[in-house]
Amino acid sequence: MSVRRANTEPAWVRYTLLTLAFAFLALFLGVPLAAVFAEALRGGWEAYVNGLLDPEARSAVTLTLAVAAIAVPLNVAFGIAASWAIAKFEFRGKSLLITLIDLPFAVSPVIAGLIFVLMFGAQGYFGPWLAEHDVKIVFAVPGIILATLFVTFPFVAREMIPLMQAQGKDEEEAAVSLGASGFQMFWRVTLPNIKWGLLYGVILANARAMGEFGAVSVVSGHIRGETNTLPLHVEILYNEYNAIGAFASASVLALLALVTLVAKTLVEWRMRAETAMLTAELPPEKTN
Amino acid sequence: MKNAVSPVSRLFAALLLAGGLVAPALADVTLLNASYDVARDFYKDYNPMFTKHWQAKAGEKVEVKQSHGGSSKQVRAVADGLEADVVTMNQATDVDYLADKGLVAKDYAKKFPNNASPYTSTMVFIVRKGNPKALKDWSDLAKSGVEVIVPHPKNTGNGRYTYLAAWGYALKQPGGNDKSALEFVGKILKNAPLFAAGGRDATTTFMQRRLGDVLVTFESEAELIAKEFGRGEFEVVYPSVSILAEFPVAVVDKVVDKKGSRKQAQAYLDYLWSKEGQENAAQNYLRPRDAEVLKKYAAQFPNIKTFSVDEVFGGWSKAAKAHFVDGGSFDQLYVQK
Repeated sequence: MSVRRANTEPAWVRYTLLTLAFAFLALFLGVPLAAVFAEALRGGWEAYVNGLLDPEARSAVTLTLAVAAIAVPLNVAFGIAASWAIAKFEFRGKSLLITLIDLPFAVSPVIAGLIFVLMFGAQGYFGPWLAEHDVKIVFAVPGIILATLFVTFPFVAREMIPLMQAQGKDEEEAAVSLGASGFQMFWRVTLPNIKWGLLYGVILANARAMGEFGAVSVVSGHIRGETNTLPLHVEILYNEYNAIGAFASASVLALLALVTLVAKTLVEWRMRAETAMLTAELPPEKTN
Repeated sequence: MKNAVSPVSRLFAALLLAGGLVAPALADVTLLNASYDVARDFYKDYNPMFTKHWQAKAGEKVEVKQSHGGSSKQVRAVADGLEADVVTMNQATDVDYLADKGLVAKDYAKKFPNNASPYTSTMVFIVRKGNPKALKDWSDLAKSGVEVIVPHPKNTGNGRYTYLAAWGYALKQPGGNDKSALEFVGKILKNAPLFAAGGRDATTTFMQRRLGDVLVTFESEAELIAKEFGRGEFEVVYPSVSILAEFPVAVVDKVVDKKGSRKQAQAYLDYLWSKEGQENAAQNYLRPRDAEVLKKYAAQFPNIKTFSVDEVFGGWSKAAKAHFVDGGSFDQLYVQK
């Protein structure tokens, strides 16, 4: 086993490190997670279900899903376009583009939200024009989508750029020289190569889109049943001493996080399996 | 490829749900009420009452949506374009801000009775069961060895009321003047182990983290604490004199003129002074303005001498200038601390 080969430290060092790591995980991840569910179920199942079926909670769930459903596909499109341009072409300003893609990681989400208020708010640059044409962006759903797009932007592109760079452009060139159209090349050659990386990026972007608090809080306006996303709903209920409702909603977010984690692990596992298959260079008849 | 199907179908399902979001509203008129953090319980009961009242009176179906948050944050959002037809706040400074921006009439306080504040409250003490440190009045809070929990006086409404209440108490003592008041308030602030971020945060600090000997908060908040933490945990102490907290309401002219909802917005706020509206205030432990309703609920509102910010400090903007701006009395004390 590789474990035995790699291990040159005395047993007590190994076990101390392992114990430390697990204790840390249990303390900072396991206990809070358990606490969320324990608090949510403190008043029994009925109170828990009531907390989730509350019209405001349902509207928050709907809005959160809708925002993710709009923001994530848009990010997939932008992410593929950006990483395609960066990985397969040489152009001036490429490093600037990469820096810009990383910008949302560097900027605090609250600042990101404030930027949108400064731009589209009534006292902002475009505010008067928007008001004249009766277009609502901040304190309405479009603002929430914009803020979510901003904070999730790097996830897909960041996953894809190294992947596409590693793959190079030989296969695409071969496809085109054999007469494939642009779309055929993308669908039959590029997409199968990047699908796991793409899915990985989508999962991360989706998790962030559903969980984002700071940026969304600034642009939401907190109109109940209209512009409250699930994380905002949790905060409001908590501040209203409605601990059961708050933790019930939080448990939905925690479940989403767990699903994300499992999906992420599955995708990672598939990615590794395929990479291993490629590097092993199996003879064609031995495929399985 | 089988794994790739599930996110796609999930997105599709979500899109279907999103369709429900843009479904047309069923109401004839929708009003948005931008309010402070803890007013939710009050308006949760009040909004259906008004909807029913307006349906009977004007034959129109009005739906009222609520937005709650820190009061200063809320008016900031309204100034930035949150289309609230009415604002219902816990401090005149916040509505003044909107008046300065031209969204609300300069004389908004005169557009409704009672300084445009349909109900009032006051600052009281919450102490541990049995009142082990025998805290009875503001002077006890200044004694050494007493820990006082209070939200930040500079940037929370709750904290400002506490600060001004203690200041006003000191002024009313024999020989009281600004100098003795500054010294007195300084002693109380020295007894604060921390400044909580807001009213709710202060409550959590006192009740859940069990820090401090006394929490200074609104009378109405005491009842919410009882609901959440049980009555056996604490006692409410009424000091000899306290501050009158007013909760101003206003129609946001700029929004109602644009939406054409002035009539409904005006009626919505007017109705706060009706018997039903006043009863609802009393039931939420806010002191009603209506003398009859106040009498009916007298048991839950012990008599307490109060002074208003206008009487003692000449209004909120003067009080803010003297005490809470950079370099004001609070900053002087805080530097000393």
